[in-house]
Amino acid sequence: MLETGCWKLDAGNWKLETGFKLPSLHFKFQSTTFNGFEWTLFIMVKRSFFGLAKPQFRYESLNGKPFEPEKISTPDRVTLFLKRPFAPNPLVRTGDKVKTGQKLSFYEDGDEYVISSVTGTVSSISPYMGDFGKSYTAVSIDVAGEEETDEQFGTAAEEPTLEKIKAFLDFTPGAPRMDALLDADKPIKTIVVCGIDRDLLIATNQYVVKSRVEAINNGISLLKKLSGVAHIMIAMPRALMKEAGSIGGAAGVELRAIDAGYPASLPKMMMKELLGKVVPEGKTCEDMGVCFLNAEAVASVGSAFKNRKIPVTKTLTLIKKDMTKVLVETRIGTPIGDIFNTCDVSLDQGDRIIIGGPMTGSAVYSDDYPVQPDTDAIMVQANEDVSPVSDYPCINCGECVRICPAKIQVSMLVRFCEAGEYEDAADLYDLYSCIECGLCSFVCVSGMPVFQYIRLAKYELDRVRIAEAEEEATENA
Amino acid sequence: MLNQKKFIVSHAPFCHDGSRISERSYHTMFAALPAIILGICQYGAPAMGVVALAISSAMLWELAFNRVAKQPVSIGDGNAAVIGLLFGMLMPATMPWWGVVIGTMLAIVVGKQIFGGIGGNPFSPVAVAIAIMMLSWKGFFDFDEMLCSYELDFAMIYPLTALKNFGTDAISAISTGDLLMGRQVGGIGSTFGLGLIIGGLYLIIRGFIRWEISVSFLVGVFVTALLFNISDSAKYAGPVFHIFTGYTLVGAFFLATDDSSSPVNCIPMFLYGLLGGVMTVLIRNLGVYADGVIFAILVINLVNPIFDKIRPKALGK
Repeated sequence: MLETGCWKLDAGNWKLETGFKLPSLHFKFQSTTFNGFEWTLFIMVKRSFFGLAKPQFRYESLNGKPFEPEKISTPDRVTLFLKRPFAPNPLVRTGDKVKTGQKLSFYEDGDEYVISSVTGTVSSISPYMGDFGKSYTAVSIDVAGEEETDEQFGTAAEEPTLEKIKAFLDFTPGAPRMDALLDADKPIKTIVVCGIDRDLLIATNQYVVKSRVEAINNGISLLKKLSGVAHIMIAMPRALMKEAGSIGGAAGVELRAIDAGYPASLPKMMMKELLGKVVPEGKTCEDMGVCFLNAEAVASVGSAFKNRKIPVTKTLTLIKKDMTKVLVETRIGTPIGDIFNTCDVSLDQGDRIIIGGPMTGSAVYSDDYPVQPDTDAIMVQANEDVSPVSDYPCINCGECVRICPAKIQVSMLVRFCEAGEYEDAADLYDLYSCIECGLCSFVCVSGMPVFQYIRLAKYELDRVRIAEAEEEATENA
Repeated sequence: MLNQKKFIVSHAPFCHDGSRISERSYHTMFAALPAIILGICQYGAPAMGVVALAISSAMLWELAFNRVAKQPVSIGDGNAAVIGLLFGMLMPATMPWWGVVIGTMLAIVVGKQIFGGIGGNPFSPVAVAIAIMMLSWKGFFDFDEMLCSYELDFAMIYPLTALKNFGTDAISAISTGDLLMGRQVGGIGSTFGLGLIIGGLYLIIRGFIRWEISVSFLVGVFVTALLFNISDSAKYAGPVFHIFTGYTLVGAFFLATDDSSSPVNCIPMFLYGLLGGVMTVLIRNLGVYADGVIFAILVINLVNPIFDKIRPKALGK
């Protein structure tokens, strides 16, 4: 391993910076320590000198002793996204006082809700448009007065049931969705607890596995008891296996190591590698009787019922512009700008803020965007690191075909998607086999937005399907 | 909101491995240099002139087409320069200037741009241009006649024509070492076997071309030539001779591997290369042309889309 490098004192922590650059060799090794805690090397993923071998993308891996993440103080105002479009006359009004952990339902129909992560006053309720045209109702709460905890869950938690998890814990860190377990039509036979994050550079769930063993064990035994699912599996990177022996030991669950190479931790890849089941195209893992939950979600369930309190603090990985990473603990709903201020991230015109990881995240246009229950990472990219996409055509080099984990003929698929022939893309070239890892765009020599085209195709086909279903419904009525 | 900084918003993924088309083009040109430099050393300034004119005219044709078709200017990707360079490599050193200019027009405009530009060409643009030139001006590819004014320190006969007309006796004087070191008559950059192999290996190791295509092409040539040689060794030359003469090595490493007109799946790549090799020797031994590489490559380009239908089953299919 390259030893030349320099130790730098950075924000009170020693940091080893090594790296070398030759005309066609772009590796950057980085090893940092934060509070006596070591992050392993991350190899900057550039095209390697030897182009014959497939590039390898390693997930983040945590070694060493557990440590305390950076704690962000309670913000002045939090924003929570209710997962349904804004409609007039919500049940909660501007000016209403809310307590920490209070369940806020906004509309009489539908069971969507948010959990207030602070004590204060509702200051605004407005529509918000998210990625791919999803509309939410954004609720802002101004923090005021002494923190009080809402008692409703405390009484409900006496007798845990799956329905109560659904009714109170949907909006807790890691977003433990119980819909799959409650669906009587598709019985779940296996629950997979993911102790690894789906995207590169993120260490959130690994950190949870290392630091919150008790809560996870508690959550697993609860879920096992309540759902009656006998087979529970914990997937985590091999490096974490020896430290995680105490996880699930009592509950009698299966520990499985997964390959540290991206995209092994995407659900459909785990289905194939861990369970030996291939999900037919267009089907979901839940259709096959497998339900995936993040380690953090399970820990939220475990600690909620143990403490009789709804957890409202989210752990997330902040990836700074220089690719150093910081673990952060913050209230759900905190504007990400507050996190940047605390962690000394300065933003400039033309930077990119990404919610999630570098391969599958989504960019946001404002640093007012709040931390959501499923925000596992925030990545900031400097203007000069933003890789442009081009309108060059596909040159048929085949890099995408060779790297595709789903063995899709990407070079042909993208031609159909580019031309807007989405039906043919699905029928002839396996659009629905795509597991959405983003590697095709990553390696594209032409710089085509391959993955973007694929997602657009799926989105457009979904819209057509919904429109057709509606038309049919009106005809029948 | 008014004073807010503007951020870049786009869809995932947010990083790229940094590979570019221009990178591929420049490395391809770099890999072709050893063979071209030896050709220029042998044939002097005229060879230099042909190669330089081929590159520059190819780029100008591309630019002209961009302007006429009101497209964004695309000579920056280096693909036109690569086509010009490869075209120049296959020419005899005494090619007249107008022949070079027409040839690069055929390659750029007819071979590439009318099919939609880079990535759209169903045939290797260079092979298209050479094939049209071979049919239109046969004399330009009669290397014995074109290079008759040169008196170099090796046998000044074009090995493939000699073989075709007089059988293996005529080529017994040409040793494999001579062929490997470029001591043979032929195109400017197509005679230096060792240089072409080094260039090809460089491209393979760097991942700019696929080894499956090049290797199976050469295997195809070797096996077919061996079978012919066994059947009648007085009439048909051995496999090594076929590999190191004519356009075989340029074809295997630079023409058959053209991105757009070659397959991307593993089995199709082997079939494609193998068929190219077999066709080369069949045309050389049974056809009327001394060298069959160009036509063989056009044939495999033609069947490439059908071959590429052989693909692995996608996940969940």
